[in-house]
Amino acid sequence: MHMLEVKDVHKSYGDLEVLKGISFTMEKGETKVIIGTSGTGKSTLLRCINQLDSPDKGKVWLDGEEITNPATDINKIRQKIGFVFQEFNLFNHLTALRNVSIGLEKVKGMDKEKAQERAMAELTRVGLKEQVQQYPAQLSGGQKQRVGIARALAMDPMVILFDEPTSALDPELIGDVLDVMKTLAGEISMLVVTHEMGFARNVANEIIFMEGGIIVESGPPKQMFQHPEKARTKEFLGKISTLYGKE
Amino acid sequence: MDSLPSLLDGLSITLILTFISLAVGFVIGVTLALGRVYGNKIISGVCIGYIEVIRGTPLLVQLFILYFGLPAIGIVLTPLSAALLGLSLNSGAYQAEYLRGSLQSIPSGQMVAARTLGMNKLQSIQNIILPQALRISIPAWSNELIYLLKYTSIAYIIQVRELTAEGKFIAAETFRFIEIFVIIAIIYLVLTVLFTAIIDKIEKRLSIPGIGVGKSIGLRNA
Repeated sequence: MHMLEVKDVHKSYGDLEVLKGISFTMEKGETKVIIGTSGTGKSTLLRCINQLDSPDKGKVWLDGEEITNPATDINKIRQKIGFVFQEFNLFNHLTALRNVSIGLEKVKGMDKEKAQERAMAELTRVGLKEQVQQYPAQLSGGQKQRVGIARALAMDPMVILFDEPTSALDPELIGDVLDVMKTLAGEISMLVVTHEMGFARNVANEIIFMEGGIIVESGPPKQMFQHPEKARTKEFLGKISTLYGKE
Repeated sequence: MDSLPSLLDGLSITLILTFISLAVGFVIGVTLALGRVYGNKIISGVCIGYIEVIRGTPLLVQLFILYFGLPAIGIVLTPLSAALLGLSLNSGAYQAEYLRGSLQSIPSGQMVAARTLGMNKLQSIQNIILPQALRISIPAWSNELIYLLKYTSIAYIIQVRELTAEGKFIAAETFRFIEIFVIIAIIYLVLTVLFTAIIDKIEKRLSIPGIGVGKSIGLRNA
C-alpha cells in the first residue's frame, strides 16, 4: 500500500482538458517535486488530490483510503493533507499564533492552551518565535509563507502539498522559505510544485515533469538533469536552469 | 418646563425602537446575507426576494400593512409592536446588504484555506469569514443605527408615542412649535453624534491591521 496513490486523474474546465490521466505514487517521507510550464495542470493536480476540485475521472487514495469516493468524509481526510498556497492565504483577522492554532482547536478539538503551545512550537521551528503575536498584514511575504507552513505542520499531516510556495515572494525572501522546507525533507512527505530547480535538484527524491496535462517523464533528480529520456524534458530543464540558475 | 417628563417618555420609546430594531435586524440581516451568499439557489432566491421587496417599498407602507392591514386577517398588533416588527424587518434587509458586500469582499482564498484545514463550510464561515466580514461592516452599521434613530419618528404615524409624537402633542397644546421642534431636533442630533463616537471607539478597539482598510460599502440613501 502506498501512502499516496493518484490513478488516472482527469479534469476538465469546460472544453479545456487540464489533466489527461495523471498517475503516480508517493511513500512516507518522500519529497517529490512537480515541474512544468505554467498552465500545464500542476496546481489543478494538487487541488484534485485534496478535493478542492474533484477529478472528472480517476481515483486518489491516501493511506489506503479512497479520497475520491463521495462517501469519504473529506473534512477528516483534509486534516491529513497539509496545503501551502502560493498566495499564503493566512487568516487575515488572526495573529500568526492563532493562524496556526485555530485548526487544532476547531478541527481537532484540542483545548486552546494546548493548541497554542503546539502552534508556538511550530512557529519556533520555522524561525518565527518573535512574530507570533503579529497579524498577517504586519509580516513580510517570507514570514507569511513560513506561518503557512507552520499552520500545515501543526495538523500532523501525512503529506503536505506545496503550490508554488515561493512564486509570490521577493527573491531575497525565497531562501528563508526554502531553508525551512529543506529541514522538513525526510521528516514529512512533501509534494511540491515549484520552479526552484536548486531545491528540486538537492532535496527531491523524484522530479515529475508535467506538460499538457500528462506526466512527460519522472525520475531522480540526477537522472532527470543529466540523462533525461525525453527531448522535451531536456529542453525544459535547459531553459529553466538558464532562467533560475544552476546550483 | 413641565413637558420634560413626556419628552423623556418619548425619548425612551425612540431608543427602544432604535436598539431593538437594530438588534433584531442584525439577526435577520446576518441570516439573509449568509443565505444569499452561501445558500443554494432556492435559499438564495428567497433571501433576494425578501431583500428586494423590503428595499423596494416605503417603510411607511410597510408599517401601514402591519398596523392597519394585518387586523383584516385577524392579527392585531399594538402600535409599538407593529413599529418594532416593521423597523426590524426593514432594517434586516438593509443590514443583509451591508454584510453581503463585506462577505463578498473577503478573498476566496480565506475559505479555501479554512476548508483545507478540514473545517466544514459552517465552521469556515463562523471562524474565518464572519469575524472579518463583521468588522468590515462596522462603518455601515454606524450609519444604519443613525438612520434607524431618525426613521423611528415615522412610527408616530401609527400612533406610537415616541419622541417626535410627544413633541407634536406638546406643541399642539402650547403652540410653541419652534421651541419644541428645535429641542427635538437637538436631541436627535446629540444622540447621533454620541452614537457615532461610540461606534468609532468600538471600531478602533476591534480593528486589526490589514482588515477593512479602505473598503467602502454602499450605504442606504436617506
